Amino acid sequence: MKSFHFSNLTNLRCIAYCSVLSLPPPMDQQQQQSAIQGAKVLMVGAGGIGCELLKTLALSGFHDIHIIDMDTIEVSNLNRQFLFRRSHVGQSKAKVARDAVLRFRPHINIRSYHANVKNPEFDVDFFKQFDVVLNGLDNLDARRHVNRLCLAADVPLVESGTTGFLGQVTVHVKGKTECYECQTKPTPKTYPVCTITSTPTKFVHCIVWAKELLFAKLFGDKNQDNDLNVRANKAASSSKETEDVFERADDEDIEQYGRKIYDHVFGYNIEAALSNEETWKNRRRPRPIYSKDVLPESLTQKNGSTQNCSATDGDDSTTVSAMPLLGLKNPQELWGLTQNSLVFIEALKLFFAKRKKEIGHLTFDKDDQLAVEFVTAAANIRAESFGIPLHSLFEAKGIAGNIVHAVATTNAIVAGLIVIEAIKVLKKDADKYRMTYCLEHPSRKMLLMPVEPFEPNPSCYVCSKTPLVLEINTQKSKLRDLVDKIVKAKLGMNLPLIMHGASLLYEVGDDLDDIMVANYNANLEKSLSELPSPVINGSILTVEDLQQELSCKINVKHREEFDEEKEPEGMVLSGWTQSPATNGESASTSNNESAVDVTESSSGPEIASKKRKLSETQPENHKRETENVESEDDDDLVEIENPMTVSKKKRVA
Amino acid sequence: MDGEELTEQETALYDRQIRVWGANAQRRLTKSHILVSGIKGTVAEFCKNIVLAGVGSVTLMDDSLVNEEALNANFLIPPDENAYRGKTVAEICCDSLKDFNPMVLVSVEKGDLSARSTEFFEKFDVVVIGYGSLATKKAVNEKCRKLSKRVAFYTVDCRDSCGEIFVDLQDYKYTKKKLEEKVECELNFPSFQEAVSVPWKPIPRRTAKLYFAMRVIEVFEENEGRKHGECSLLDLPTVLEIKKKLCEANSVSESLVPDSLLERLITGTIEFPPACAIVGGILAQEVIKAVSGKGEPLKNFFYYDAQDGKGVMEDISNSFTS
Repeated sequence: MKSFHFSNLTNLRCIAYCSVLSLPPPMDQQQQQSAIQGAKVLMVGAGGIGCELLKTLALSGFHDIHIIDMDTIEVSNLNRQFLFRRSHVGQSKAKVARDAVLRFRPHINIRSYHANVKNPEFDVDFFKQFDVVLNGLDNLDARRHVNRLCLAADVPLVESGTTGFLGQVTVHVKGKTECYECQTKPTPKTYPVCTITSTPTKFVHCIVWAKELLFAKLFGDKNQDNDLNVRANKAASSSKETEDVFERADDEDIEQYGRKIYDHVFGYNIEAALSNEETWKNRRRPRPIYSKDVLPESLTQKNGSTQNCSATDGDDSTTVSAMPLLGLKNPQELWGLTQNSLVFIEALKLFFAKRKKEIGHLTFDKDDQLAVEFVTAAANIRAESFGIPLHSLFEAKGIAGNIVHAVATTNAIVAGLIVIEAIKVLKKDADKYRMTYCLEHPSRKMLLMPVEPFEPNPSCYVCSKTPLVLEINTQKSKLRDLVDKIVKAKLGMNLPLIMHGASLLYEVGDDLDDIMVANYNANLEKSLSELPSPVINGSILTVEDLQQELSCKINVKHREEFDEEKEPEGMVLSGWTQSPATNGESASTSNNESAVDVTESSSGPEIASKKRKLSETQPENHKRETENVESEDDDDLVEIENPMTVSKKKRVA
Repeated sequence: MDGEELTEQETALYDRQIRVWGANAQRRLTKSHILVSGIKGTVAEFCKNIVLAGVGSVTLMDDSLVNEEALNANFLIPPDENAYRGKTVAEICCDSLKDFNPMVLVSVEKGDLSARSTEFFEKFDVVVIGYGSLATKKAVNEKCRKLSKRVAFYTVDCRDSCGEIFVDLQDYKYTKKKLEEKVECELNFPSFQEAVSVPWKPIPRRTAKLYFAMRVIEVFEENEGRKHGECSLLDLPTVLEIKKKLCEANSVSESLVPDSLLERLITGTIEFPPACAIVGGILAQEVIKAVSGKGEPLKNFFYYDAQDGKGVMEDISNSFTS
């Protein structure tokens, strides 16, 4: 027997790695070593998970790694994306990650791409060159796109996600396991328009109003449609009148203008809404709020510091902020109605005084301090009006900016788990593939819980080509609605093509001539039943994305009416089924609600453990114990990217 | 850090994690002092994590010189011989760690950990021993327990693709959120000495086998005067003898500790980088919880084995015999 001395690094590393798969004979260690060394790996994402993953891959002996990320580095990344330094802010994540890792493993090959993985350059042929694809993404859209390309290229995919202390890693091998989309993932929460414009009940509704309506109306593109002045009653004042309110004359005093806006949206608009009795029969009535009741008559005289605001002309737009001028220092502090109102007026003044050029072109950006201050204040005043609890700037920013809370440790753990699965995939050790859940609290003593993957869902429209059913009003809904809400949003297609029989209704591409483009644009504005090849009850559409190599059939069913609250989109897509045992409910982490399924489940992983293990007894009911900074009521707009959806399907043998 | 409030810089940098554990927890972290002894891959990961989390200070102890073995799984050491020649592992890691978060004070303490007086440990809120000998772990834990100030004590050991973490928080009070309320809880942790001398017979059969295997290895290394990981396949007969004796002394069947597991632990003494990331991550989470006083801590052992993919908590104390 060969003597292994601990200083003989290479041999021991072989043994160490081979132990992972409990392969006793020395011959197999060579096999595993060469599997790692011969592997060409694609990483998608160089952020929280990506940094940890690239480091662990490099340390584990991988030496041919490609990495795609479209983002640049921000300060808030630095608490966990440890390959980056303050001096790197603004630079490409993929490139800086590569440089950092080469510093401790100079001889490996890393190719970085500062690009969007959905770009056409990353087509099926591109994906085919890799032995495994490892995702470290933060959005559902990109994940679905990569899933389809991996299926088309027949390349195994290791998926992952983290939120706070929770994490998971899953393996997807075409034909052997579920694809990423075999279990439906909740799409980001959307709200009915009337809830936002007239009947908010949660703070998040106020945030959406402040951000998408008020902020957009005051500072955004004037040509955009805006529901801000949509009235519950039909007797709306003429649109011309309301337009005048929001227009500011060049010489109009900014503070007066601000108060006028304040009174209009928090005072008059509320009074007008109250005049419709029907709306408030079973709802708490809002109270109108006027600036004269909350603020002193003139702010300029009262507070000398407001004079300073015009004196500091040298400020650039990123440092302009209302809070310091009002003596407010702590973003976690809860402001009262008066303070919120002061911030509202002050922020508005600062936009006009300091950032006039940007007005008309602004969109909300969570890193724009002044925008965050304005939206927080506006949302809080509206909340006060409707009897909804107020929130701090810190909390409001998280909701408005869809901020995902994140720590380094979970990402590091998940990265380790990803590499372990990747090695199994490269060894084609299918029996050992696992989905692993990283829990915050032990479930049956386990903090890391491995579960065998499930077989592909035979009715998955992505990997099994099941036809779908679309209920829609074919006379009222336009092709444009179908394209935006169903084909792009729900089906996640990037560059779609829509056919009805032999007739091509719509497509996108660089190679289209002007006549075709005009034709398609015209089709978009037509209702389905009015299309050149009319789409009516019983029609079957074929929808494709050539880049994703995905093709779906949709059976169209005409329906006259849709419930405005429960079916705000005016159409319902169905047809792919969960396993019968789960009643079609998807379990997700508490911050997310599926747009269709209103059931809010409070604990993803705990439910996962209940439903998967058929043969074992129910584990104790674990209450989810987390110290959330947001209040428990809140429906965040946060898109949780690792919903632990469950179904009791057959396991991979 | 001066003052009670987090600075603006801290709030901006720690924004995402403050959303996880809150500003109060973050404040407590910035005031905490961590002692770390024994740095290899897993401990390097641990240090990276706590530095990023923004602890007050990290004091590193490891006088071994950087050599090729040290480079394995430790991304804190740049593979440039000119840079590391003659320097200790602690010194090199110190420089790298400072880079991750300039707000954390990272320093080096030279010398032998087991030779330190009890008073030495009073400076710290947390003591972490990586890859320590049985004697050192016992001695340091005793000293920590003697102090009137509660010093959280952890050991961590990673071999092959397995890892063990031990936690001793003595008598520990913490808050937990149950439904809408905050509940005050208390746990009593056994000392290291107690935890590793628990009679095997009453321990539940489903307990992670790694617990027993690690105890066998501990005894072997102590008996033979070996440093951590200073063993090979040639030592297997001796190790199996020790296992036999321990099982007999505890009146348990030898099947309790699989031979194959022991073989793995003595041949695969080099750490497996993915396991380092996992165990180092779990350890950091525990330290963060203990410092912030928030969240239920792990009691009192954690085991990870890449072969079955499970990460389990085991509660092992003399309560089995009562």
